[in-house]
Amino acid sequence: MTTPTTDDRPGLIDARPVPHPGRWVALAIIVILIAMMISSFVTNPRWDFAKAFEIMVQTPVLEGLVKGTIVGTIGAMVIGIIGGVLIAILRLSTNPVLRGVSFVYTWFFRGIPRLVLLAMIGSGIGFLYSKVDFGVPFGQQFASWLGLSQDFTFFTLNVNQFSSTLLAGIVGLGLSEAAYMAEIARAGILSVDKGQAEAAAALGMSRGKAMRRIVLPQAMRVIVPPTGNEAIAMVKDTSLLSAIPIITELFYQTSAIGNRTLLIMPAFVAATIWYLLIGSVMMVGQYFLEKRFGRGFGTKPTNKRFARPAGAGGA
Amino acid sequence: MTTSDSTPTGDGQPLVRALNVMKSFHGNEVLKGIDLDVERGQVVCLLGPSGSGKTTFLRCINQLESIDGGRIWVDGDLVGYRDDKGQLHHLNDKQVAAQRREIGMVFQRFNLFPHMTALENICEAPIQVRGVDRKKARERALDLLKQVGLGDKPAAYPAQLSGGQQQRVAIARALAMDPKLMLFDEPTSALDPELVGDVLKVMRDLADQGMTMIVVTHEMGFARDVADHVVFMDGGVVVEQGRPADVINNPQHERTRSFLKRMRTEDEEAAADAAAAAEG
Ligand SMILES: Nc1ncnc2c1ncn2[C@@H]1O[C@H](COP(=O)(O)OP(=O)(O)OP(=O)(O)O)[C@@H](O)[C@H]1O
Ligand SMILES: [Mg+2]
Repeated sequence: MTTPTTDDRPGLIDARPVPHPGRWVALAIIVILIAMMISSFVTNPRWDFAKAFEIMVQTPVLEGLVKGTIVGTIGAMVIGIIGGVLIAILRLSTNPVLRGVSFVYTWFFRGIPRLVLLAMIGSGIGFLYSKVDFGVPFGQQFASWLGLSQDFTFFTLNVNQFSSTLLAGIVGLGLSEAAYMAEIARAGILSVDKGQAEAAAALGMSRGKAMRRIVLPQAMRVIVPPTGNEAIAMVKDTSLLSAIPIITELFYQTSAIGNRTLLIMPAFVAATIWYLLIGSVMMVGQYFLEKRFGRGFGTKPTNKRFARPAGAGGA
Repeated sequence: MTTSDSTPTGDGQPLVRALNVMKSFHGNEVLKGIDLDVERGQVVCLLGPSGSGKTTFLRCINQLESIDGGRIWVDGDLVGYRDDKGQLHHLNDKQVAAQRREIGMVFQRFNLFPHMTALENICEAPIQVRGVDRKKARERALDLLKQVGLGDKPAAYPAQLSGGQQQRVAIARALAMDPKLMLFDEPTSALDPELVGDVLKVMRDLADQGMTMIVVTHEMGFARDVADHVVFMDGGVVVEQGRPADVINNPQHERTRSFLKRMRTEDEEAAADAAAAAEG
């Protein structure tokens, strides 16, 4: 090649783009597949979307959707997130006892399947302890030794009644979720530069305040995306509530109708559409949360140059 | 706090007194008995080669590091401990925080809170720690921003500011707590050369207003013009200290001499580079 002379000054660039024939082939294949799918929806009467839409809005289905699935998800995630952050803070504490507690918690609740946990809460615990008394530790034992009439019990929970409620299911899912959220929160907290906590400490902030005001808000940037994932997974896991057993829950109700009316596939389609709708709404929510906690991180940091390392070693 | 009779500082006495301060990291002795007095209103510059323990010493003064030996007093209070008839007791977290809020610190890498605007960065500690009324804190913060030449930037997030602007916000943030003492750890060494001057000017103004300052720096010009006292550290000990004119222009120790010579060559190189860049 020869370099042209400088008298011939190049003008504006008008270049052809790099050809991408593969994209066009892929597009053609996808269009054909979609056309085939739509045609099957229309021509195969067993899909029966009209019935599916009918099932979607039946009262027991709507009740199951709101109570078991939506309230269940929100409740379990609230417990999971608050519990998870607390466990993560314990895990990062300087106190070895607290660190140990946090480790054992995560080990246990991450280790057992949610289905097993819920089944255990539903029937097992009530079998072991039919009621739980809240009071002074060993107060009843001391009272019977000493022959006292007062046994230091302030409040009694009837486990058999509680264990089959939606609340018990929510607590079960929440406890399990907290174990996963703890790891997510821990990663988020560790992602914040150590200098942030030091700057807060140097201003005289207590460790708790530095965590709440400075570290956690920055950790949220890392915590929110996987938490969105967890929340969407939780929507689906509320279908496990039937192990408690709680039947006011979306999947149980749709499949019950399907079995009764022999509209098996439309019932599954009805449940699928609801799950997809909830998931879509949550993705929108996640987008706004990410924007909120991304404040101040939008623009690229200015180029910080670490000038001249101090004296020694330099020639 | 009460001052016990063994306290070596108080009114009319040094604001900071360090005696035989020792610190090791995993058996690596970094400070080997540092003695230093800082009088009220004085500007003390700490010089020394990399790894000599300057940062560590500053961090010990506001307890970002604990010390293994010796004592530090700030304004008559023993730092980090309570002295009960010769027996030391660790202070609890709350007491440590109370001591720290009287000391402002400026970091090499600014450490502004990135999720808050410049104004929020400055208001945060007065509101959260001192319980200052929100409106008053904002007014004060705006004044401080003006003082550091950033009156037009209250709503900017740190990422939208240049390094020099960020460092000036960081200084304003520390000043908002009305500290008795300001610690600066190489405040300009992470900055592009053309941004250094603005930060040094803010520090000069502060010195003129009578703030007591301990400044770790490699800016010889600043040390010569602004410092009342210069301390040269090497290998975890104070090698020599005195008035800037004496230490910088007429060093007594070989180690000081060779360090200053190296700094001078680098300064000249930097000046030559700048001149070359200006021509090119
Ligand atoms: N947290 C730490 N853990 C282990 N060693 C450390 C720690 N902090 C500092 N050191 C060591 O202590 C020594 C002194 O470090 P220091 O940062 O105080 O030096 P400096 O004088 O500030 O140096 P520079 O001019 O490079 O900033 C170094 O050898 C360093 O490796
Ligand atoms: Mg340093």
